[in-house]
Amino acid sequence: MQTETPPSAAVFSPLLAAQNIYKTYRKGANEVPVLKGVDFAVARGELVSIVGQSGSGKSTLLHLLGTLDRPDEGEIYFEGHRIDNLAPAGCDLLRNRHIGMIFQSYHLLPELSTLENVLAPLMIRHSTLGYWGKRREYRQRAAELLDTVGLSHRLTHKPRELSGGEMQRAAIARALMAKPKLLLADEPTGNLDRQTGEEILEVLHQLNAERSLSIVMVTHDPAIAARADRTVHLVEGRVEQGDRAAA
Amino acid sequence: MYKLLLCWRYLRTRYIALASIISVTLGVATMIVVNAVMDGFAHEMQGRMNDILSDVIVTSRSMEGMPNPEWHMDEIRKIAGDEIVGMTPTTQVPAMLGYYHRGQYVTRQVNVIGIDAETYASVSAFGRYLQHPKNREQLSFDLREDGYDVLDHQADNSAKAKPRVQMKKAGWKHRREEAAFDKRIAVAPQPTEAATASSDSPFAGARPPEGTTFDPATEQHEGCVLGIGLCSYRLADGTDQFQALPGDDIEIHYPSAGRPPKFLHTKLTITDVYDSKMAQYDMSYMFMPLAKFQEMRGLVDPESGIRFVNAIQIKLQPGADLNAFRDKLRDHFELHLYDVRTWRDMEGPLLAAIQTETLVLNVLLFLIIAVAGFGILAIFFMIVVEKTRDIGILKSLGASSGGILGIFLTYGLSLGVVGAGLGIGGGLLFVAYINEIADFLGQITGQPVFDPAVYYLYRIPTLIEPLTIACIAAGAIAIAVLASLLPARRAARLHPVEALRFE
Repeated sequence: MQTETPPSAAVFSPLLAAQNIYKTYRKGANEVPVLKGVDFAVARGELVSIVGQSGSGKSTLLHLLGTLDRPDEGEIYFEGHRIDNLAPAGCDLLRNRHIGMIFQSYHLLPELSTLENVLAPLMIRHSTLGYWGKRREYRQRAAELLDTVGLSHRLTHKPRELSGGEMQRAAIARALMAKPKLLLADEPTGNLDRQTGEEILEVLHQLNAERSLSIVMVTHDPAIAARADRTVHLVEGRVEQGDRAAA
Repeated sequence: MYKLLLCWRYLRTRYIALASIISVTLGVATMIVVNAVMDGFAHEMQGRMNDILSDVIVTSRSMEGMPNPEWHMDEIRKIAGDEIVGMTPTTQVPAMLGYYHRGQYVTRQVNVIGIDAETYASVSAFGRYLQHPKNREQLSFDLREDGYDVLDHQADNSAKAKPRVQMKKAGWKHRREEAAFDKRIAVAPQPTEAATASSDSPFAGARPPEGTTFDPATEQHEGCVLGIGLCSYRLADGTDQFQALPGDDIEIHYPSAGRPPKFLHTKLTITDVYDSKMAQYDMSYMFMPLAKFQEMRGLVDPESGIRFVNAIQIKLQPGADLNAFRDKLRDHFELHLYDVRTWRDMEGPLLAAIQTETLVLNVLLFLIIAVAGFGILAIFFMIVVEKTRDIGILKSLGASSGGILGIFLTYGLSLGVVGAGLGIGGGLLFVAYINEIADFLGQITGQPVFDPAVYYLYRIPTLIEPLTIACIAAGAIAIAVLASLLPARRAARLHPVEALRFE
């Protein structure tokens, strides 16, 4: 696997780094500690998988990395900038431009067609007029992206008319639309059969290899995790030391 | 952009939300119809009031009146001549009206108004309500031969007007017949028998014969115009039953000028009848020539020949500021001698009552729309719950809380716009065809919805005020937006992780 990094000044700083993360959820009167001091880093162009039992906190960690939630303690840096205490507007911007996300249950908007779903991040980014002025260009790009993931024949279909694999491909295209530096994937093959899951993984690996897109993939399947550059094991809210798969 | 797109898709796919705005639509339509009809009636009524009262009236505070109206009119012209279209002196006194109807002496309370036939038309559209077409062109107090309207000329649909059959013979023809009849019964040995025998004729008055010098068959007394309510009554089916017609003689009993007032009696001949559709005028005013009236009441100074009048009615150019004009005159004329009022001042309490009525009705109807707002609130909460995961997705794609708030506010706004738009369309359509609808309902139920016999008007008057419609629409849209504010805020505050996990 290639681990090329872009020739920039920040070659040796990781793209994303989390230090000593703590997160506790409150369920009624009970406090459930989910993450208990996790350290985690992703280098540029790296494909890292996070494995662990359900309840080990891997999804929570992914949400924290994607600024969907805030850690109780600890710090997260993206390209050397601290992001865990960003104002909401900053988080929105980060998610919109730099961090793409895909989910186990695809999370496409049911009212929009495949193409419109892919265009959604740009619609969110630009004002109505700004979007309208460049809509042709954006549509062109969205169509190209859908072609890359092999969905060029499904542009005008609604999500309910797509199969699971097709929906996940659309979700990947949507995540790529904003040209992110990092892709966070939460069990991307969890709802798919082995064959389809394999195809999705193939797409992700291809993106990692061809576009040197950094990917963090959460999975509970050790077989899938093993194919990543590096695997991080989460056990009961802590990273299990010394059990790292070599690149 | 995504706000508009999603709003549009939600509008097209969430029919339950459209159902929630039906009440907004109905409320808006109802308000438009009610306002159009209320304004229509008010406008119709005000127009007729203005027609009869003219614009500004200078009245002397004493019933003895003010001397030398020419001097007064010159003064008024000096103050604000350029705005004046017409001016006329009038004089007025409360009196008792009496006439024979089927052998019975009918008396009525009446206000006798002396008018100058030449100039009165320049201040008042009173002529428009007369029954003889020629009198409508130029009022004359000479009895016409015949040709009085049988069908009400103010009805735009003559099929709805109940014919006034008695009017067919009104005029000299009727007068000559009556005179011949009177002559016959004057020599008849038993007048009571004659009266009962001819009781099918409503004009069989056992009238005492005139003096030898006056022949009713060829001569008339001084002419007068009676309000239709003074000489007729209306049957339940809307037919007007006349007790006295143009050509009949009447008598008025009135006080003279001077101290102490003497009780005087004068015979007049009805030369026309006016029908302003305003019961308060039709039942209390009669008009006669000013000069004759002044002589009768002793309003002419025997030495100098100076005449007295009670009031000067002034018509201004359309669009003139009546209140400003009134205030100018008030500054000039001594307040303790003259009362200067606009026609609105004279009918102030009535106009204020209508305004209050409209206001209260509008408040009540607007409450309907407010109730609809709660429907929108409930359904929006439902939609927010249903869309929880989508909200999480949008947030994970970088949509801000403000953006999510915007989606639902825009959704509420567009529902309000659609609801108000449909309401305006439906309301205007209803107003445009309100008379046809009333006729149709009348046919179905067999009970006339808008009965000319009751309302004196042949059509339901309507008036569309664009400002009113704009206010109603703005109010309805504001309520829809306000109702969506709470659910929208809830949506905006959803935690992205919890929203994503929502199943």
